[in-house]
Amino acid sequence: MDFQLTDEQAAVRELCRDFAREVVAPAAEKLDREHEFPYDIVRRMGEMGLFGLPFGEQYGGAGGDFLAYCLAVEEIARADAGVGITLEAAVSLGAAPIHDFGTEEQKSELLPDLLAGRRLWAFGLTEPEAGSDAGATRTRAELSGTEWVINGAKQFITNSGTRISAGVTITALTGPREISAILVPAGSPGYHILEPYRKLGWHSSDTHPLAFDGCRVPEANLLGKRGGGYGQFLHTLTGGRIAIGAHSVGLAQACLDAALAYAQERKAFGKAITQFQAVQFKLADMAMEIELARTLVWRAATGYMRAPESSGEVRKLAAMAKLYASETAKRCADQAVQIHGGYGFIEDYPVARYWRDVKINEIGEGTSEVQRMLIAREIGAG
Amino acid sequence: MKIVVTVKQVPDPNATQGLESDNTIARDREVVLDPGDEYGIEEGLVLKEAQGGEVILVSMGPERARDAIRKGLSMGADRGILITDEQLAGADALLTAKALAAAIKAESPDLVICATESYDGSTGMVPPMLAELLDMPQLTTAKQVEVSGSKVTIHRQTEDGYQVVEAETPALVTVTAGIAEPRYASLKGIMAARSKEVKQVGLSDLGIEKGEAAETVLAVNDAEARQAGEVVEDDGSVGVEKIMAVLQTAKVV
Ligand SMILES: Cc1cc2nc3c(=O)[nH]c(=O)nc-3n(C[C@H](O)[C@H](O)[C@H](O)COP(=O)(O)OP(=O)(O)OC[C@H]3O[C@@H](n4cnc5c(N)ncnc54)[C@H](O)[C@@H]3O)c2cc1C
Ligand SMILES: Cc1cc2nc3c(=O)[nH]c(=O)nc-3n(C[C@H](O)[C@H](O)[C@H](O)COP(=O)(O)OP(=O)(O)OC[C@H]3O[C@@H](n4cnc5c(N)ncnc54)[C@H](O)[C@@H]3O)c2cc1C
Repeated sequence: MDFQLTDEQAAVRELCRDFAREVVAPAAEKLDREHEFPYDIVRRMGEMGLFGLPFGEQYGGAGGDFLAYCLAVEEIARADAGVGITLEAAVSLGAAPIHDFGTEEQKSELLPDLLAGRRLWAFGLTEPEAGSDAGATRTRAELSGTEWVINGAKQFITNSGTRISAGVTITALTGPREISAILVPAGSPGYHILEPYRKLGWHSSDTHPLAFDGCRVPEANLLGKRGGGYGQFLHTLTGGRIAIGAHSVGLAQACLDAALAYAQERKAFGKAITQFQAVQFKLADMAMEIELARTLVWRAATGYMRAPESSGEVRKLAAMAKLYASETAKRCADQAVQIHGGYGFIEDYPVARYWRDVKINEIGEGTSEVQRMLIAREIGAG
Repeated sequence: MKIVVTVKQVPDPNATQGLESDNTIARDREVVLDPGDEYGIEEGLVLKEAQGGEVILVSMGPERARDAIRKGLSMGADRGILITDEQLAGADALLTAKALAAAIKAESPDLVICATESYDGSTGMVPPMLAELLDMPQLTTAKQVEVSGSKVTIHRQTEDGYQVVEAETPALVTVTAGIAEPRYASLKGIMAARSKEVKQVGLSDLGIEKGEAAETVLAVNDAEARQAGEVVEDDGSVGVEKIMAVLQTAKVV
């Protein structure tokens, strides 16, 4: 067994690390404070090819692999969790389902713009009455002539309301206990993007509730097989969870970077606080847990690359990577604030932002409870 | 136009630095393409885009210096030459210049671009030696480069402005950080770099011998610690005068 990255993976990581440090990180504080969407950074990431990273060249992808993509998400999230989630949601939730299940026409129409980062596509699974129990979808789509007529609502949808949002893939009931996925382009009649939420963190990312009020789209906008929606989103979330794991590792690493740098400078009782064993042990635990979380993400990512049809084994690894990495990031954020003392509670230091940003990593794309349920099921308990 | 850019791999400026017991720079840590050489690559690519031609990267270093070349190739350079040989470990500036010159001569470039000084060794001696060995005119510390026909013209950075200097090609130019913002590689560039050629050569391929070191580092001393500054408390009456007195003593006013 060899944990060496390939030349390409290492180059992607270096490129994203440089870009994150030089371009993303300096903008993060202002984007957070002003709740601004990073249009310029998204454009530049698009030009670099990050939005097309794990896809083939046929539709304008870069021909990289899934692990390289995870490395990119980690490095970008390390600088700004909101920008990181914008990339992750655009690729794993937006483009990937179209790439994996779309028809030739759907792919050639939509993917070139999405993979170049010129447009963003969203994924609308969660509803007001269907979150963890995503199969409890109430949104309905009925065929009327050659059109789907959609009624219902979606909750907390990332990348749905930016100036460059091109549409959303929703899950909807197309019959009794029959869930299908449908592509709803922005501007479809009856499709309403409501006011953004006032979030605790991820301020530079875009999240809206969506309403479908007799919304009409062509019949050909069905994504994949009719009734295949449930299986499709399980598949989509498997890849998404590994990428969220990578996002969490990035955030955890940012916490360690900040805490270590601060501890080396800060003096108390006449010495740098890194001289106190209580502080050293916190930093050592953070470093160890981050390494473990990263290893689990890499393991899940390589498993996913080998078996993209998401076997039970890969689904379990994805759940473990997402769960362990997000809880690691949460602990790291907590300790990073603790090591900063009172200054950690002040927004002049980035750890305050990390602490606000990290909580949702234990919730989005399946809560920690849901991940534990999945793992328990895969190991034969329950 | 055939352009050679010299590129060196150096310890990551963002990581902690150290020296080995023989006063060479510790290399057991993260290494990166010298940020200064990224400017050279960028300028090479800009000239190539304007005039056509080829950008060749030449580096001397251990096996893993190939990563520095790869980075430049993913930015858009066409191919690379890696000079690596156990005998070159700890090479001084002259041996470095001889090795680079031998590899570059074989390419007969129109233009050689170097950074003004490296991030780590930073002697600034390699480019001038290289120019001598290649028998090329050298135009140093350029913040702008123009090539027209067989003439290369630079704006040479000085303390209070710039000089316009020109020479016939083939010539060697050293560039400063101000010259152009290095581009980020693209993912396509990274993938394309996979199939670009990096030729590896050793001392015998270049037909040179190691010889005696021309330069030995005898000792490395810490820079003298800066004296604490003088604090002038403004008690509302004498602050300004005291500050003026300090500034006059320091001859800044
Ligand atoms: C910023 C943000 C961005 C998001 N982006 C998207 C997006 O792009 N697309 C999308 O579709 N969704 C998105 N979501 C929604 C997110 O995936 C859901 O919020 C999440 O899946 C949880 O659903 P819920 O909020 O309805 O919580 P609920 O399901 O109501 O859960 C409430 C609590 O009950 C627990 N719980 C529920 N069921 C069980 C059980 N069986 N056993 C034990 N505990 C249980 C949960 O773990 C949780 O602690 C986003 C959310 C946020 C906040
Ligand atoms: C204390 C000390 C320790 C040193 N330790 C080491 C060491 O461990 N390893 C080591 O390699 N050198 C080391 N050097 C430098 C070494 O002695 C030579 O000076 C070095 O080979 C080249 O000089 P430079 O780095 O000062 O180049 P400079 O003359 O400052 O470089 C200017 C430009 O020349 C080009 N260039 C220089 N070297 C190369 C190269 N190898 N390949 C391609 N292009 C190049 C680059 O474009 C560079 O930006 C050390 C120097 C000192 C003073």
